[in-house]
Amino acid sequence: MSKNILVFCETEAGAPRKSALELLSKGRELAAALGASLSAMVIGAADATTLGSYGATTVYAVSGDASSTEGVVTAVQGAVSASGATVVLASASALARDAFPRLSARIGAGLVVECTDLRVDGGRVVARRPIYAGKALADVEVRSAIALYTTRPNSFPLSASGGAAAAVVAVSPAASAGTTVKLVEVLAPAGATVDLTEAERIVSGGRSLKSKEQFDAVVRPLAASARATPGASRAAVDAGYAGHGDQVGQTGKVVNPTLYIALGISGAIQHLAGMRTSRVIVAVNKDPEAPIFQHASYGIVADLFEVAPALQKEFQKALL
Amino acid sequence: MKVGVCLKQVPATDTRIRINGAGTGIETGDVKFETNPYDEYAVEAATQLKEQKKATEVVIFTLGEAGAESRIRDALARGADRAVRLDDPAFAGSDSLGKARILAAALKAEDISLVLCGRQAVDTDSSSVPAMIAELLGFAQASWVDKLSVDGGNFSANRAAGSGAREVVTGALPAVVSCDKGLNTPRYASLPNIMAAKKKPIVVKNAAALGIDPASVGAGAALVVETRLTLPPGRPAGRILQGDAATVAAELVSLLRNEAKVI
Ligand SMILES: Cc1cc2nc3c(=O)[nH]c(=O)nc-3n(C[C@H](O)[C@H](O)[C@H](O)COP(=O)(O)OP(=O)(O)OC[C@H]3O[C@@H](n4cnc5c(N)ncnc54)[C@H](O)[C@@H]3O)c2cc1C
Ligand SMILES: Nc1ncnc2c1ncn2[C@@H]1O[C@H](COP(=O)(O)O)[C@@H](O)[C@H]1O
Repeated sequence: MSKNILVFCETEAGAPRKSALELLSKGRELAAALGASLSAMVIGAADATTLGSYGATTVYAVSGDASSTEGVVTAVQGAVSASGATVVLASASALARDAFPRLSARIGAGLVVECTDLRVDGGRVVARRPIYAGKALADVEVRSAIALYTTRPNSFPLSASGGAAAAVVAVSPAASAGTTVKLVEVLAPAGATVDLTEAERIVSGGRSLKSKEQFDAVVRPLAASARATPGASRAAVDAGYAGHGDQVGQTGKVVNPTLYIALGISGAIQHLAGMRTSRVIVAVNKDPEAPIFQHASYGIVADLFEVAPALQKEFQKALL
Repeated sequence: MKVGVCLKQVPATDTRIRINGAGTGIETGDVKFETNPYDEYAVEAATQLKEQKKATEVVIFTLGEAGAESRIRDALARGADRAVRLDDPAFAGSDSLGKARILAAALKAEDISLVLCGRQAVDTDSSSVPAMIAELLGFAQASWVDKLSVDGGNFSANRAAGSGAREVVTGALPAVVSCDKGLNTPRYASLPNIMAAKKKPIVVKNAAALGIDPASVGAGAALVVETRLTLPPGRPAGRILQGDAATVAAELVSLLRNEAKVI
C-alpha cells in the first residue's frame, strides 16, 4: 500500500492557520524522503487552493464539531481511515493537545507530542522533542502502524510548493456515542495580540517591574511597539503584575519566538526552560552577573526603566 | 463521589539534567525529587471538594517505586485519605499509553468518578496520560483546567482553548480533569496533619492485583520509544552593548534588523 502523510490543518475563519502551512511545508519534505503522498484534513470547509499551494494533493474535508474533544477525535479518526495515512501531523495547539492522546488510545497509535524536529532516517520517521522542560532532547521512534505527531509552532519554515488546488474528498464520520462535554462559552484572552505559544516576538518583564501599574506602563507599550506579545516571569505573575496566561517557563508557557526580550528577569532555570529555544534573546538587567546574560544574544547592563522607553522609540521608528 | 488524584514525582525543577553514558536516560544519583507541580493543584482541588462535602473520599494513585512514598505522604498530609501505589517490574519502560492503562485499571478498581491529574508531568512533558485514561475508561475529559466546579453528577470547567483563550465546558461525571496553574493555591501541610498522615494507608498493587496482562504494559508493549537523549546545543556567546540608554537602544534595534534579521 502506498504511504500517505496526513496533516491536520486547523482553520481560522475558513483559512488554514500559519501553523498548518508550516506543517505542510515540513510534510512535503518528509513525504519526498519516504516516497509518500501528502494530504491535508480540515474540519469543515476546505480551502483547497491554499492547501494545494503548500503541497497537499488531497484534502479531506470532514464534517464534525471542532469545538468538542469527541468531535475532533471522531473527525481525525475518520480522515485517518479515509486516507489510509500512516503518519499524522498536527500542530501542538490546545485542541490537538486535548484530542490527540485520546485518539492515540482509541486507535492504538503511538503519539509523540511537542516535536521540534522531524526527519527520516533509514526509511523511518525520527522525531526530536524537548523533555525535562527543554533541559534535554529525546529522539523518539514510533512502533505502531500509524504514528501521530504534534509539533511546536514556529519549528519549521514556511515554503509554498506552488502546487495546484488539492482534490477535495468529503468525509462524514458516523457521530460517535462518546462522552458529551459541551462548550458553553469562549472567554477571549485579555490582550488582542498573538498568544505567547505562537508569538514570533515576545517582550517579558520580571519582578523588577515592582507593580502592575509599572508592568502596564513599561512592558506592554514596549511590546506593542515591537509588535510583540507581552510575557512575564513567575515572580511577576505571582505578585499580580500579569496574569497566569502571561507566564513563561517550566510551569507556564513554553515559547519559541524568533525574538525574546527579557526585562529585569534574572534567568532562573525554570524561566529559561520556557524560552531557551528562542532564536534571538535580548536581556536587559542591571546586574552584570545575572544568569540570563549567559543565554543572551545581546545584553544590556542597565536600568530597565531607562532602557525600555528608549527602545520603544527605536522600535516605533524602525517598524513604522 | 470518590475522587482520585494521579500524582507523580519528578526531578526538582531546578535540577541540572545530566545524561547517562549510554544516552538512554538521565543520571538520577543525586537528583532531588518533588511532587510534579501541576499535581499539587490536583491534590488541592480534591481536598477542597472534600471540604465542600462533594467528595466522600480522596485517593492518591502513583505509578512508581517505593521512593515516591514521601511525596504520597505529603499529599496525605494535605488532605487526601489514602493511597494506592502501583509497582511491578513489568511496568518498567511503559510509554504514556502503558502508564495510562495501569492507572486506569487502578482507578476502575476503586470506582473513582472524578480523576484529577496535572496538566503535564514536567519530566516527560507529555500531557498525554490524563486524556488516555479518559478514553480507556470511557470518561469525559477536560484538559488544562484553571477553574472547576462539581455539582451532583455534573461538572463545569474552564479549559485551555486556541490562541490563549479559555473555554467554559460542562459535562457529566465520570470525568478526568487535568489541572493547570491558576486553579488554586496549594496549601501547606500543618504539623498535626503531617503526623496524622503517617497513619494513613498506602496500598501497593502489582499487575496481578490489578488484573493487567503484563505483556500489555512495560517496555515490550511501548509504541513510543526514546532511542537517544542529548543535551540541547549551547548558544553562541552573546554581545554586551555599551553606552547610554539612547545609544544602546539604537544599536540594538539596528543589530536586530541588520545582523540577526529578526525585525
Ligand atoms: C516548581 C517551580 C516552578 C517554577 N516555574 C517558573 C516558571 O514557569 N517561570 C518563571 O519565570 N519562574 C518559575 N519559577 C521561579 C523561578 O525559580 C524564579 O524565582 C523566577 O523566574 C524569578 O523571576 P524574576 O527573574 O522576575 O525575579 P528575580 O529572580 O528576583 O530577578 C529580578 C531581576 O531583575 C533585575 N533588576 C531589578 N531591578 C532592575 C532594574 N530596575 N533594571 C534592570 N534589572 C533589574 C535583578 O538584577 C534581577 O536579576 C519556578 C520555581 C519553582 C520552584
Ligand atoms: N507515573 C505516574 N503516576 C501517577 N500519575 C501520573 C504518572 N504519570 C503521569 N501521571 C499523571 O498524568 C499527568 C500528565 O502526565 P504526562 O502525560 O506524563 O505529562 C501527571 O500530571 C499526573 O497527574
